[in-house]
Amino acid sequence: MNALIITAVWGVVMMFGGIWFKKGSAIRSLGIAGMVVLLLVNILEMNGTELFTINFKGMIQFDRFALLFNTIIFISVLLYFLLSARDMEKVGINYAEYFALIFFILCGVTLVSSFKSLLILFLGIEIISIPLYILTGSDKRNLKSNEAALKYFLLGAFSTGLMLMGIAMLYGSSGSFQLEQVGLSAAKFPTLHIAGMILLLFSMSFKVSAAPFHFWTPDVYDGAPTVFTSFMATIVKVAAFIGFIRLLYDGFEYMQPTWQLWIAIITAATLLIGNITAVFQQSVKRMLAYSSIAQAGFMMLALFALNTDAREGLLLYAAAYCLATIGIFAVLVKMHDYTFDGFNGFAKQNPLLAATMVVFLLSLAGIPLTAGFLSKFYMLKAALATGKYFWLVVFAVLMAAVSVYYYFRVIQAMYFKEGESIKLETTRPFKYTLLLLAALVIVLGIYPNLLLYWFYF
Amino acid sequence: MIALILILIPLLTGIISFSIQEDKKVRTWAYVSSVLTVGVALFGLISYTKESAFDFKAEWMGSLGSSFHLKMDGLSKLMCLLTAVAYPLIFISTLRTPYKNPNRYFGLMLLMQAGLFGVFVAADALLFYFFWELALIPAYFLCSTWGGERRIAVTFKFFVYTFLGSVLMLIALLSVYNNTPGHSFDIESFYRATISGSNQNWIFWMMFVAFAIKMPIFPFHTWQPDTYEQTNTGTTMVLSGLMVKMGLFAVLRWLLPVMPFATANWTNAVAFLCVFGIIYASLIAIQQDDLKRLVAYSSIAHIGLMCLTLFAVNRTGIQGVMLQMFNHGINIIGLWIVVEIIERNLGVKKISQLGGLATTSPALAIFLTIIALANIALPLTNGFPGEFLMFNGVFNSNAFDGDYTLFGSIKFNASSFGILFTVLAGLGIILAAVYTLNMIRKVFYGDVNELTAKGISLGRNEKIVLSVIVVLILVIGVYPKPLLDMTQSAADFIMSRADVSPFLKK
Repeated sequence: MNALIITAVWGVVMMFGGIWFKKGSAIRSLGIAGMVVLLLVNILEMNGTELFTINFKGMIQFDRFALLFNTIIFISVLLYFLLSARDMEKVGINYAEYFALIFFILCGVTLVSSFKSLLILFLGIEIISIPLYILTGSDKRNLKSNEAALKYFLLGAFSTGLMLMGIAMLYGSSGSFQLEQVGLSAAKFPTLHIAGMILLLFSMSFKVSAAPFHFWTPDVYDGAPTVFTSFMATIVKVAAFIGFIRLLYDGFEYMQPTWQLWIAIITAATLLIGNITAVFQQSVKRMLAYSSIAQAGFMMLALFALNTDAREGLLLYAAAYCLATIGIFAVLVKMHDYTFDGFNGFAKQNPLLAATMVVFLLSLAGIPLTAGFLSKFYMLKAALATGKYFWLVVFAVLMAAVSVYYYFRVIQAMYFKEGESIKLETTRPFKYTLLLLAALVIVLGIYPNLLLYWFYF
Repeated sequence: MIALILILIPLLTGIISFSIQEDKKVRTWAYVSSVLTVGVALFGLISYTKESAFDFKAEWMGSLGSSFHLKMDGLSKLMCLLTAVAYPLIFISTLRTPYKNPNRYFGLMLLMQAGLFGVFVAADALLFYFFWELALIPAYFLCSTWGGERRIAVTFKFFVYTFLGSVLMLIALLSVYNNTPGHSFDIESFYRATISGSNQNWIFWMMFVAFAIKMPIFPFHTWQPDTYEQTNTGTTMVLSGLMVKMGLFAVLRWLLPVMPFATANWTNAVAFLCVFGIIYASLIAIQQDDLKRLVAYSSIAHIGLMCLTLFAVNRTGIQGVMLQMFNHGINIIGLWIVVEIIERNLGVKKISQLGGLATTSPALAIFLTIIALANIALPLTNGFPGEFLMFNGVFNSNAFDGDYTLFGSIKFNASSFGILFTVLAGLGIILAAVYTLNMIRKVFYGDVNELTAKGISLGRNEKIVLSVIVVLILVIGVYPKPLLDMTQSAADFIMSRADVSPFLKK
């Protein structure tokens, strides 16, 4: 509740901030301050202090799961601001507006992580999507950015249509938007109910860019300004996942036998397409776009399993994936050449940045001692515990082995190949934040209880 | 507690090594660390006899059923001893080898040692997996950074191979975990896991493939000769002397006792792979003109024999394997040291370009000959007791017995397969004599050419290391009893778990 109100208010504050402050550093500080405040009030709420009490009539519920997820997201965004806020200034002149849009997106994220009613889910998804369309097109003079925004908008609108249709059908079959009600009344009009559920499933698959609904992802991620790609590929994507698992867990748990095979197929397709296509990319940015699809495939395993391990694991996965990807993008933004060859000889010029990049890449590849391994481990464990579709688990690890290929290409370029990569100009705080990020990835990889403890206490 | 210290010393000193920029200082630091490790290992093994000194347990990931549990049985002790002893030998013998960025080189080497120790002492499946990978990642960087021209591609192949194996193993470990009483990753609960026969079959193969890639067993061996050839010799010594043992060790600790029935079921299939690999690798070794590749293929043949003996599931055989794991580590490091000396001094490693070295550098010739004879298991060298026990084990094994049907129509009884495998593997020994003695003849005898005329004078460091190795070879060859005593209880335990012949109707 705290976070929901503050995000909306701070978004407005940032908009006015653009009028009051002319200097970029002031706007940036205001944005970072906003994130710190958000993080604090959210932790306060985890400890039982609610600043606002509004009766939502059960449409929103800030349970442990939602609050912990919000904390993860706020920490990630805070780190994202610390690392990349300076680079946002280079995108265009509307510096304060970018911050405002991001705060509005966070408002949507808090809705999506805590909804109990399909209506709120729809609202949350839309509040996330519309500012994103704007951010994608924020590099106004760049044709690719414009194209990406248009593509994203058209396809996004289409998937919204699917979602509304699904919600309408579910309303028709159950007479309610409440998830519990929807879940309990599956037997009344089975055909209508299943049709609605499948439509909802498809539109959510679109939002998390699962195959075969992923076609927008590479183009949009590639076209959008890199600094916003980082935000889209991490925060927004995992938020959509949290919404997805909440939807299935609260609303359609009884229907698991019906949708499980669908999800299994989507998972396998996502893993296959994401990983195999990523292998053939020549640009690191585009590779990361496909890798985000591949990682989504792994997160889909949590939806497939839908047990306690899956819920815990998805939180860990969200943290691991966000931290590592934000770190890589923070370095990538500063590069001029996004190809793999652009990284040749990178380690010699920037030893510290290269070392942290290695940690992030190893984490994404799922190598032990990093958070990425444990999160993948949780996914596999959850999926195995269902005792069904064993081939899916084997397929997933085979694809994980494929993913090593493209992540390690970056490491090879940085360390083992000679080249004229330039020395990046970075500030001291940037380096420290990046180190902190790498340390977090390793600490979570050795001692995940640090995070998961909060799930229970 | 000793297990924990053994991991911590190289781990901490390795991390510190990265920050020491000066070449000489970082080398000294690494020597001190490795010697300290040997000291701790020897002191720990000699002075403590109680079980509790080798057992360490701490809370780790409670909700996952995994704890930080380290435990050393006789086999672990032997492997830790090997790992500890090998490192100073490697470091001292490569004293004069120049490295770019020595701080990274020695840091990674020490980290790898920590990973190896971890693999040998971990008594928790998840922890075991952690260390398994911790040993792999430094190896990847070591092989890719320092070595021949094709090193990047070759190492990548090696890495992807082993990583694929590891993730399959991870699924297998998870599946066993799901069948343990009380859902725990602890080795004790793994031993108590009840897994149905059909599940055991595929879990067995997932694990075996992972271990077979590491060893390597035919047909999973293709990464190995390239990697050994391209990598810098110091790393090759660690890979072939120590890392390869991870595969054999894992079979002994995590496969045979956990999945005895699947092992009994597939033992003939595995044995055929091993025997085929022995002969295949030996024949290729005969053809090799490159010293490094020759040693690499010879290693495949030797490991094949050890793996064959493991799956014979026989008391004498298993003890022989344990002894031979130690011996093979010592011998192959000795071989690599000689190869490295020749390559560094003369700049070539082609057998055809060498000749007559015995007249120009007699000391080297004596050392190599003794090590080579140990490699073909001549009596009085350490290879002999190990291989004798192993052949004895295979010959007397009843694990291969049973009626089999192939392709649905060909029926046969396998009761004499033990003898068949012994004969075929014995053929490997003869072939080993052929390529080893041939190598000695071509490198050390024959005509002296321009290249070898100036000869090689051994440095003091090299003399010391090679002398230590030769002494070890002879002492163990004459008196292997201490090592056999050390592994006795471990072998007994493995047999008590893995020998299922009383339950099977043959």
